[in-house]
Amino acid sequence: MNATLDFAFWHRLQFAFTAVYHYIFPQLTMGLALLILTMKTLALRRGGEAWDRAAAFWIRIFGINFGVGVVTGIPMEFQFGTNWAGFSRYAGSIIGQGLAMEGLFAFFLESSFLAVLVFGAQRVSKRVHWLASLALFLGSWMSGYFIITANAFMQRPVGYRVAADGSLQLADFAAFILNPWAIAQYAHTMCASVVTASFVVAAVGAFYTLRGLYTDAARRFLTVGVTAGLLASALVAFPTGDHQAKLVAAHQPAALAAMEGRFQSGHYAEITLIGQPNVAQQRIDNPLKVPGMLSFLAFGAFHMNVPGLLEFPQSDWPDNIELLYYAFHIMVGLGTLLLGVMALAALLHWRGALVHSRPMLWVLMLAFPFPYIATTAGWLTTELGRQPWVVYGLLRTRDAASPLVHSGSALFTLIGFCGLYFVLGLLYASLIAREISRGPQGEASHV
Amino acid sequence: MFETWFAIVAVMLALYVVLDGYDLGAGALHLFVARTPDERAQVLAAIGPFWDANEVWLLAGGGALFLAFPRVLSAGFSGFYLAIFLVVWCLILRAVAIEFRGHLNEPLWRSFWDVVFALASALLAVLFGAAFGNVIRGVPLTPEGWFRLTLFTTFLPRDPAGILDWYTIAAGVFALVALAGHGAAFLAWRTSGALSARAQRLGVRLQIALAVLWPLMTLATHFVNPTLLPALPPRPTAWLALLLAIVGLVTAITAGRRGRSAQAFFGSCAFILGMLGATAACLFPVMLRSLTDPALSITAFNGGAEAAGLKTALGWWSLGFPVVVFYFITIHRLHRGRVRVGEASHY
Repeated sequence: MNATLDFAFWHRLQFAFTAVYHYIFPQLTMGLALLILTMKTLALRRGGEAWDRAAAFWIRIFGINFGVGVVTGIPMEFQFGTNWAGFSRYAGSIIGQGLAMEGLFAFFLESSFLAVLVFGAQRVSKRVHWLASLALFLGSWMSGYFIITANAFMQRPVGYRVAADGSLQLADFAAFILNPWAIAQYAHTMCASVVTASFVVAAVGAFYTLRGLYTDAARRFLTVGVTAGLLASALVAFPTGDHQAKLVAAHQPAALAAMEGRFQSGHYAEITLIGQPNVAQQRIDNPLKVPGMLSFLAFGAFHMNVPGLLEFPQSDWPDNIELLYYAFHIMVGLGTLLLGVMALAALLHWRGALVHSRPMLWVLMLAFPFPYIATTAGWLTTELGRQPWVVYGLLRTRDAASPLVHSGSALFTLIGFCGLYFVLGLLYASLIAREISRGPQGEASHV
Repeated sequence: MFETWFAIVAVMLALYVVLDGYDLGAGALHLFVARTPDERAQVLAAIGPFWDANEVWLLAGGGALFLAFPRVLSAGFSGFYLAIFLVVWCLILRAVAIEFRGHLNEPLWRSFWDVVFALASALLAVLFGAAFGNVIRGVPLTPEGWFRLTLFTTFLPRDPAGILDWYTIAAGVFALVALAGHGAAFLAWRTSGALSARAQRLGVRLQIALAVLWPLMTLATHFVNPTLLPALPPRPTAWLALLLAIVGLVTAITAGRRGRSAQAFFGSCAFILGMLGATAACLFPVMLRSLTDPALSITAFNGGAEAAGLKTALGWWSLGFPVVVFYFITIHRLHRGRVRVGEASHY
């Protein structure tokens, strides 16, 4: 690690830590918002109390999860200015558009109707309560889009112009907001968040079934979780993941090479299934490879040339090739496994055998952490692949950090976040565990 | 275009202070005005449906500042690094306190979060006041447009300055009194019984204290930043805002004494909006004042964004803002009326 990198190191670590921790919550919020809307719609269409009760349980979980998502999201907004002042001055007039739209169009919608959704079941009519679940769905999914337009601009800057003072200025709003990278990344991210929520819903359904509790609600959780889980796990791989990979191949070739630990260029490029990247000797140790597959996945034909890292100046290589390689492979590997789990569970469920298959229920109950790991690995792939740039090809990460903030200050606040988030995590886990042990038929809890 | 965005940022942040201000004030006061578990629950029930949306004005206003004046945001946030994280951590603790408090019906659990809620709310009011004090006093900007401030130096409002000096501390205390009075007026309006009556009395006392402190604070401000008051006479916006503030404060006190709690609360809103509006109108176009060389100040005209992008943003902002107003009207209609004694026991 050289001295110039060192300057931004604590800022990067703090942002990575707070971002990874934060994203544990919104991925469940966004996915669950869709599943809750589905249950509320079923309740409205089919009448009766059962779907309403099922939804009410998840709304309580949603309330806790949303709250922690909001409080861990607040620091993210401030860190643009506190830690990344160089970046904010350089690209703020563009990135700020995405963040300001997220506030105006998404945060107000979510925060206004959250209380109606969480506490309003007795206070408002069924239809208004359904509308509140719609508002939370729209709000959280719009929020996702706006923040991804900001991220997509950093991955593939479009619609900008370089001003006289060297900063970036918005030249084409439509190009910025409809950035093809943003659309692809959004589709992939939202499918992944539905995968997470489906696994969580199915896990609770499996837990209750194994314990012989709340049989009716548990069956509904399994139905919703497994159906949505199968659909989303398939969509996350194809077409969204595939499309995303093709964009990386087209616009960030050095990132793709590093993701695969590929140093030499060549036709009929093989994909590495397993193996350890050895950056010092520029090869993969103990590899298991499928010839031609990388060329096919990246460019749609087996014979295509996929450039290796040696084709790029070393100063433009991602600075943590090992972590990038593992993050990418863990994401793909887990994504495939999760699809397999959901396919098997769905098969059993459609034959009516899932509730009697204790091994499958155990798998479903214990599988829920893995979509979180896959999602986190996916974001690590995106963000590490973008290095050494903060705005790809335009601004290097080391020039993005706040010039006058000491690394000691950044380390101090990082330690502060570690402590605060540890306590927050304990509180979150115990409150969620408490809600699960109280079960779907319990009285609604408040604030 | 730059004038418009200066106004948009000022209005959004002023709305933040008025809206989140009442639940911050209610939080800072609730240990004093709400004495029984039922009264505590009433305070939380009164702010419960609103505080989260109120807080969004800070993020949305910050977003507007970011896109329109990135040089102000990047210099300001990095310059006040540690103080900003104090604000962030207080925001986190306060939100957690409000949200987690009701999950366990256990007296010690609730008492703990009540104290966290009160301390975080009071500290936020002081920090926001001190932050505004720093903006008025100015910061030691370098020719590159950056600065770095330690938490305190000699407690004197001149170079080498610290975040805290006698002026910014005074601004923090003034903000605490103003928001506590505002929160009391809100509680008087939206709760009932003994709690409402107590909040009414305390609110009037705090507003009277404010009427005494305000001229003193203005005098101190003139001492610290002599450019501000002379800017007042030629600017009609500033005059109107000042008039709004005076009428608001008088209304808050007189209506409060007669027990017209809604009128008193809206008087308090008018006071805060007017006072902030008048200050912003006098500060214009300076957004980050240089303590040393006035030429180094960052203004609305060299804040970093160009007019074309701001014009685009004005387009979507004009679409979004009325929708937000509609949301606020809707939630206030859904949750209208006072919180009654006993009604809030589930909070």
